Amino acid sequence: MKIVVCIKQVPDTNEVKLDPVTNTLIRDGVPSIINHDDKSGIEAALVLKERFGGTVTVVCMGPPQADLALREALAMGCDDAYLISAREFGGSDTWATAAIISAALKKIGYDLIITGRQAIDGDTAQVGPQIAETLGIPQVSYAEEIYDIEDGNKVIVKRQYEDRYHIIEVKMPCLLTALTELADPRYMHAGGIIDAYEKEIPVIGYEDLKDDLVLEHIGLKGSPTNVFKSFTKQAKGTGELHKELSPDEAVELIIKKMEDRHII
Amino acid sequence: MSRDIYVVAEQRDGEIAKVSFELIGEATKLAADLEQKVVGVLMGDQIKDKAQSLIEAGADSVVYVEDKMLAEYVTEPYAKALTAIIKECDPEILLFGATSIGRDLAPRVASRVHTGLTADCTKLDIDVWKANEEDPGQKLLFMTRPAFGGNIMATILCKHYRPQMATVRPGVMKRIPVDHSRTGEVKEIKVEFKPEDMNVVIREIVKEEHKKVDITEAKCLISGGRGIGSPEFYGTLQEVADIIGGEISSSRANVDAGWIARDRQVGQTGKTVRPELYMACGISGAIQHVAGMEGSEYIIAINKNDTAAIFDVADLGIVGDVRVIMPKLVDALKKYKVANA
Repeated sequence: MKIVVCIKQVPDTNEVKLDPVTNTLIRDGVPSIINHDDKSGIEAALVLKERFGGTVTVVCMGPPQADLALREALAMGCDDAYLISAREFGGSDTWATAAIISAALKKIGYDLIITGRQAIDGDTAQVGPQIAETLGIPQVSYAEEIYDIEDGNKVIVKRQYEDRYHIIEVKMPCLLTALTELADPRYMHAGGIIDAYEKEIPVIGYEDLKDDLVLEHIGLKGSPTNVFKSFTKQAKGTGELHKELSPDEAVELIIKKMEDRHII
Repeated sequence: MSRDIYVVAEQRDGEIAKVSFELIGEATKLAADLEQKVVGVLMGDQIKDKAQSLIEAGADSVVYVEDKMLAEYVTEPYAKALTAIIKECDPEILLFGATSIGRDLAPRVASRVHTGLTADCTKLDIDVWKANEEDPGQKLLFMTRPAFGGNIMATILCKHYRPQMATVRPGVMKRIPVDHSRTGEVKEIKVEFKPEDMNVVIREIVKEEHKKVDITEAKCLISGGRGIGSPEFYGTLQEVADIIGGEISSSRANVDAGWIARDRQVGQTGKTVRPELYMACGISGAIQHVAGMEGSEYIIAINKNDTAAIFDVADLGIVGDVRVIMPKLVDALKKYKVANA
């Protein structure tokens, strides 16, 4: 069974820098982590490998520095890794990103693809389902638990909704999007870290994928959506701040405001 | 020529989701700006009687697809139905609720028809993209949403592809008053489903036994963060909520710690709420939390730390100990109720 986990390296969202010309994120120099949902996906894949055998390949589309995220995944126990990176891919929206990653996945091969539900920078939750559509395979999103794999190719998974859940049986090849709850990521182990730095991580670039891609449909120029402008939110005007009230005075003031606003 | 604003009306067991009515309400404003119409989209099994409720909520007409395969949400049958509607109707704009269904269906369909999709929009406007050389004066949907964990806002355009698609979270837009006198055309779109369209097997459907609380409906929210000190303290917050007619809610930290159920979580990865009153008790005001509640009409914050970020959004900020203040508030409210009965 070949499991492929798609991960994203995301900026620590406490520090954000934007390129004022293109309105896209400047990734160099900003502290980075593996997106939380994706890390749970890696863990889920490693657990499946332990239970059922097979291999876990991790792929990441990003700038050259995303190599670090892949090495961390290798150190957790993934078998091999690929970096999907090229100038032509930069500035892609989710449609274009899914087209590129799908082209790479076609080359790499897969039985089960696991992506995170959503990344903490783009926050769209779109790429996973869009990869599944591009590859023409079934998707199960909001995967909260993977119960079993039956007959070597049927995944039994819990699909979460707000008011219910489904227990779904889906045949491979298929794609799951992982909630953070899917699994508790393990730490890298010392041996894994050493191995991770000795492994070669092939880079898949535009030349490798161009037969499966339309250049006019990817990158900043080709994406169906683009950022018109970005701006920091206007701080809501600060209201009144009381630092010196006693608890009783505070309670009195709260009740007065509730009264004024017809809450009580 | 693409035309009109279509709103996908999400339904479960035949009941239409609140967010769908909110989006129809918003769509009426956009349609007025565009001088076009609002069309409700219904998909389900034996669903066409629900069309009238969409029209009364503001839709000018409804299109629907009915089939047994659409009884319970599964990605492929719904994607097939919606794609057929798009191909037949050629919408200018297509809106979805950003729910666990919308966020599964919308990207799949956007990919299938090759168009742009913008997620979790907090603001929608019709405006002219001034740098448009091919078609100056063309009106586009300007879609504004938080990004990078809520640190910044971004306005997105889908210039050359149609429909312009967007998802919007429940509780962000407002529905308009119901008008029972409204009428409109209800049209069926026929879709031929094949057995292989059901490409997964639903082995079991388990509905949550305890009726999940919908904090987005609450008039007032008494919300607890790390500063409440213990899970038991939610009992005190609940007392306040009960007296004033509200619900309790929480920041993410306490939910992750198992102190309270996830359906109470407010924030970027939780729910967006806009109650008349939001009391933030022992909540520091991390950006991801604020993103979920800053639209509240009146915000009271209590925190021991006078530099807590929550005070930047609070209408009334009190530096103090929630564990001392809240029990006193319960007593004072009880006395108030007796005195004003």
